[in-house]
Amino acid sequence: MPATDPKLLLGSDHSALSARLLDIVKRWVLAVQTYALLAARSVTNIFSPPHYITDLFEQMDVIGVGSLPIAIFSGAFIGAVTVLQTAAQFARYGQTQLTGDVVAVSLVRELGPTITGLLVAGRNASGIASELGSMLVTEQVDAMRAMGTDPTRKLVTPRMLAAVLMLPLLVAIADFSGLVGGFVIASTSQHLGAVQFWTRAINALDFSDLMQGLVKPVVFGFILATIGCYQGLNVRGGTQGVGRATTKAVVASSILILVADFFLDKLLLFLSGHTL
Amino acid sequence: MTDATPTTIPIAAPAIPSPDALISFESVRLGFDEGEILRGVNFRVAAGETKVLIGETGAGKTLALKLAAGLLSPDSGTVRVLGQDLSLLSERELFAFRRKIGFVFQEGALFDSMTVGENVAYRLREDQLHDDEIEPRVREALRFVELEHTIEQFPSELSGGMRRRVSIARALVDRPAIVLYDSPTAGLDPITSQTIMTMILRLRDSQGVTSLLATHRLQDAFGLANYRFDVAANRVVHDEDGGLAEKGHSTHDTRFVVLRNGAAYFEGEPRALAASPDEYLKKFLV
Repeated sequence: MPATDPKLLLGSDHSALSARLLDIVKRWVLAVQTYALLAARSVTNIFSPPHYITDLFEQMDVIGVGSLPIAIFSGAFIGAVTVLQTAAQFARYGQTQLTGDVVAVSLVRELGPTITGLLVAGRNASGIASELGSMLVTEQVDAMRAMGTDPTRKLVTPRMLAAVLMLPLLVAIADFSGLVGGFVIASTSQHLGAVQFWTRAINALDFSDLMQGLVKPVVFGFILATIGCYQGLNVRGGTQGVGRATTKAVVASSILILVADFFLDKLLLFLSGHTL
Repeated sequence: MTDATPTTIPIAAPAIPSPDALISFESVRLGFDEGEILRGVNFRVAAGETKVLIGETGAGKTLALKLAAGLLSPDSGTVRVLGQDLSLLSERELFAFRRKIGFVFQEGALFDSMTVGENVAYRLREDQLHDDEIEPRVREALRFVELEHTIEQFPSELSGGMRRRVSIARALVDRPAIVLYDSPTAGLDPITSQTIMTMILRLRDSQGVTSLLATHRLQDAFGLANYRFDVAANRVVHDEDGGLAEKGHSTHDTRFVVLRNGAAYFEGEPRALAASPDEYLKKFLV
């Protein structure tokens, strides 16, 4: 049969395409497996020595204290915008006193954890990926291994723990600054009194709201740190690869945070007795 | 004596296990997505010996060193170091094993967020030694490479040659039985290269460290064979015995392995390589 037979060519194209697709799927499966192993090891490392306490405090400073301005400013403006948007609607029905309730519930349950998580991920997942990626391409990670240090213990676990411990605190600060921002707008544009706003805001929150507000950032912190570490420790292609890993870390951690947010909402609503 | 006859080891021929070999590669194969790089490497390094791995860029010299350090696992074959088959060690055991060897990376691979002193002290801190013990040992190691004055500086403040000397200090601070050097003079000017080679000679001849050194520079390889560090005179002297202890007064044994096409193409004495009629080796010498 001549080599130019259209059927043969089509068949060859199909097999090439399926081989390519199979290759892509294999790479995805391998990436997920590698990430899952790294994430699992970052947790299991906690239960056996050696522990790098100094590195943990250093990372808590970088991730936690370093992200404080982001949490305060983002929280304040989200609270202010929420009041602007909701108060106008409530005013149509003469229910402006509900503004405090809405700001508190939406901030604590959803906006505070998610937006702070996304912003902190943007800052820290990229920072972690570029730092570890640079260490990898300059053989510092290999040097660490050659000197008998497990990089997952020295580099990954302290970053994961720091993010998991600091993000709930950052979210709590963002929530509070959001309420302050909301109150400033409510009192200046809607002329709501301080007692009315704060009493309604605090009374609107119950235990399940606080649980949601604190569980979510723990998961988001875990995601942003482990994704950042995974991308950094799997850099290919020198300094260009470090740039690509940084971008991937931000994109992947942001998407995963939003996906996890949805499933956590479902789970936490179910656990708190809501059947949505 | 068959000085003029090169000892060419056929590809994939297993090395005879030697009980006194600190490092032995037996039919080691290793490949990546782009293809197989090592295709049956055999060689061994005896206690106190200096083995120089020579090869073109991409011949697999760095891979061989990383295999010897347990940083990579072979696809097949056996890598034995300090009497242990590395493929049988768990990851945790491998981390403990690596503390017994020193590794000098091509570009130094110093931790850029730490000072020179912290870099050299790194392994001692990992062993949780007391500061009173760490400080003198770090200074001693830095004094050895003549860089004690840089203890408070960061690697970015040092020249390329100085960074590699710090890397040597970091490798020797824990007094390892074996030191692995990955192209220690690559990219350096001749004078700085000579300084680095002097450090390596000094470490070998004053402390009797077993070394495996990868390089593509034949002058470095012959430098190790033809010179030795006279500890009493505190200077490098010409070694009349060509780096072979059994021949006379030389304090060291230096032998070469040439890697070609993923295997040990030549293993033997420096003079045998120099006198070899083999076309490839002759081309290499030029």
